[in-house]
Amino acid sequence: MSIKVANLSFSYGTYEVLKNINFEVEYGQFLSVLGPNGVGKSTLFRCMLGLLRPTFGNTFVENKAVETMNAAQLAKYISYIPQSHNPVFNFSVFDMVLMGTTAQTKNFSAPGKIQNEQAELALERLGISHLKNRGYGNISGGERQLTLIARAIAQQAKILVMDEPSANLDFGNKIRVMKTVHNLTQDGYIVIQSTHDPDQAYFYSDKILALYNGEVLGWGTPQEIICDSLISTLYDINIDVCSMHNDNVRVCVPADIKDKKRRT
Amino acid sequence: MKKAKLSYSLIIVLLFVALIVVMIASITIGRYPMSIKELAGILGSKIVPIEPFWASVQESLLLNHRIPRILLACLVGCSLATAGASYQGVFQNPMASPDILGASSGAGFGAALAILFGFDGSMVVTFAFIFSLLTVLVVIYTGNMAKGKRVLGLVLAGIMVGSLVSSGTSFIKMVADPEDQLPAITYWMMGSLNGTNPKDVSFAIIPMAIGLIPLFLLRWRINILTLGDEEAQTMGVNAKYLRFIVILCATLITAASVSVSGVIGWVGLVIPHLSRRMVGNNYKYLMPTSMLFGAIFLLLVDDISRNLLTTEIPIGILTSFIGAPFFIYLISKDGEHN
Repeated sequence: MSIKVANLSFSYGTYEVLKNINFEVEYGQFLSVLGPNGVGKSTLFRCMLGLLRPTFGNTFVENKAVETMNAAQLAKYISYIPQSHNPVFNFSVFDMVLMGTTAQTKNFSAPGKIQNEQAELALERLGISHLKNRGYGNISGGERQLTLIARAIAQQAKILVMDEPSANLDFGNKIRVMKTVHNLTQDGYIVIQSTHDPDQAYFYSDKILALYNGEVLGWGTPQEIICDSLISTLYDINIDVCSMHNDNVRVCVPADIKDKKRRT
Repeated sequence: MKKAKLSYSLIIVLLFVALIVVMIASITIGRYPMSIKELAGILGSKIVPIEPFWASVQESLLLNHRIPRILLACLVGCSLATAGASYQGVFQNPMASPDILGASSGAGFGAALAILFGFDGSMVVTFAFIFSLLTVLVVIYTGNMAKGKRVLGLVLAGIMVGSLVSSGTSFIKMVADPEDQLPAITYWMMGSLNGTNPKDVSFAIIPMAIGLIPLFLLRWRINILTLGDEEAQTMGVNAKYLRFIVILCATLITAASVSVSGVIGWVGLVIPHLSRRMVGNNYKYLMPTSMLFGAIFLLLVDDISRNLLTTEIPIGILTSFIGAPFFIYLISKDGEHN
């Protein structure tokens, strides 16, 4: 199992958002996509998910071009985990997770016994079985994010694409969600997330893709990417990357933070 | 969950039983009361020869007026509630009702036009049906031209075209003969099942079946549509295609309902909401609950409409009288699933 983005470019009209993006992620790898706001992380994900058609290049899942697959076929390979949101209609957590199994059912039928079991298992796996009868709109942001991950698990696709999974979560939930997602890579899932947190990207990722002005600024291991010069360029601010705990952790801090008076 | 789902299924079964009971009860009440024995006798005589113990006028009343009217009340109630629930899902808007795409305004225009031309009966129904569909087609066409969000474009186009068509109706009213045509148009707009004959039922039942059956079968997938196009797509549902099918079916049943009964408001909004309260938002249960509830509700209201006063009260007025306050009560109450 692998996902490969090859020579991918995308333009909205004449405005080129993504220019010649190339990378490949394999079985059990965790990829973080870093980049400033509006750099095209979401656009890249939309292209990979087949929601947008690239102007050039393509995404290949197991050597099959995403463009050539219909929604139901693609859903067997890739699932998408949006930021925890509040949908218009308040479904129960169980129904929400069960919806992930829809691609396995025929047009005119609803999920059956097998799908119900898959949903139960997905809930169990994320440790949120106790929430299943609650309304999705009545649980916390962290619980919602876990529900959406459970939905992706129930979908049984091995590639998870997550749009800032830890955004809007408190400090504890952020860690909880990241740990859960990281555990999935142990079982062979490919996880691709966008994030604005380079420290977190360093700690959890196997590979990091840094996007700047629609181009690949850096692609490699966390050790290669999370360094002073690259991060400073990426966010256009002077950053000191400090290493801690035998380089198991790297912390990005503004370079002028030592001088308290210069906080403003 | 198992327990909850079982009780949802139980609610649906109970509603079905209630519908049968209300239908039988509705047959027996009316200006000319009819006993259950007579009812059984008349219906039974169609299958096995029974010596008539009833007046032949009773048989004619039952077969040509009362049963068709009761069937039509059920069909229209079921269709409006289903269309409302479906539109709410595809437009991701709990306030959507069956006339969101102008089906009612279009039908009103068609009926007014037919009355202006001096037609009556089935021609009015046909005109209303055709213009209702035409209006929605224009709305879908204009909505797709709109830049930006497609769903929003569709809703805005519905408001615009609906208002345009209503102006057309007003114009027809202005030029219509104030002695007989104008009252006929006004009365039609109020919505009524008065004077239902077997032909109306056979006219409405085909488009209703064509619309209701796919909506019932696709009900699980409507859940996924409510999450928005992108999420639906990544879960393996072709959102654009599915939305089109659902809109088409919902429009068909709305047009069929409005053309035989006139404009009956509130059913398509209140019944789905009431059903959401009872079985939650999962369309797997919501759809059958709305269908049955809609049929029961409209049948009961029609019973009031034909029995409360010596002259009939148009059913559209009654549904508003009952629907509006009830809806206010519903939205002021809180629930885990709302």
